[in-house]
Amino acid sequence: MATVRVQEAAFDMAAEQAALSAGRTDIGGIASFVGLCRGDDGLAALVLEHYPGMTERALAGIAAEAEARWPLTGCTVVHRVGRIRPGEPIVLVLTASAHRAAALEACAFLIDWLKTGAPFWKREEFPDGRERWVEAKDSDDAAAARWQQA
Amino acid sequence: MQVLYFAWVRQKVGVGQEEVSPPPEVTDVAGLMHWLAERSPGHAAAFASARQVRAAVNQEFCPPDHPVRPGDEIAFFPPVTGG
Repeated sequence: MATVRVQEAAFDMAAEQAALSAGRTDIGGIASFVGLCRGDDGLAALVLEHYPGMTERALAGIAAEAEARWPLTGCTVVHRVGRIRPGEPIVLVLTASAHRAAALEACAFLIDWLKTGAPFWKREEFPDGRERWVEAKDSDDAAAARWQQA
Repeated sequence: MQVLYFAWVRQKVGVGQEEVSPPPEVTDVAGLMHWLAERSPGHAAAFASARQVRAAVNQEFCPPDHPVRPGDEIAFFPPVTGG
């Protein structure tokens, strides 16, 4: 059963990982991805917006798909919204399985899909007051497309 | 029907959501976009580059030819940039 959350607060990776494995002895590995806010071009902050309701549904849907495609014993997706400063974490994906291949592949699938299939939008804020909406990248579409099943 | 706007679409329209009652000839997402664009200069600016605007009907991503009906929740937004 997947855990998905959208929240403003920072997340505690160790606590999330402990929650995935608590009381279990059938997990051989947990793969993880943590996305951080990069401070390109003197960025002051990223402001992330989401679509309350739809975003959570979309995350739950894709987590369920990951659990259907790979033999996972659990997965966790935590995505932050609101103002995030360079160096701070934005998103956490954890996937647990008996064997590493399933955990690693499912983790990559989830993060590729998060870029293109979940309603989040990033706005960049700069120290001089300028702001700019981040544009979607073709390379992200291509990364997500490689997981599409025939 | 309830219409929601996100990111720069929201900024251009000037509100995050509004209740609208389009005429019966508005039957799909593309038709609703054209009709909404007439409501104000902000709406017109938001929908000026229609190919840059994505839509969801009842919280599912939908193409422009997806039907819209009274009571639907319809959202307009730019391509997503999460992760």
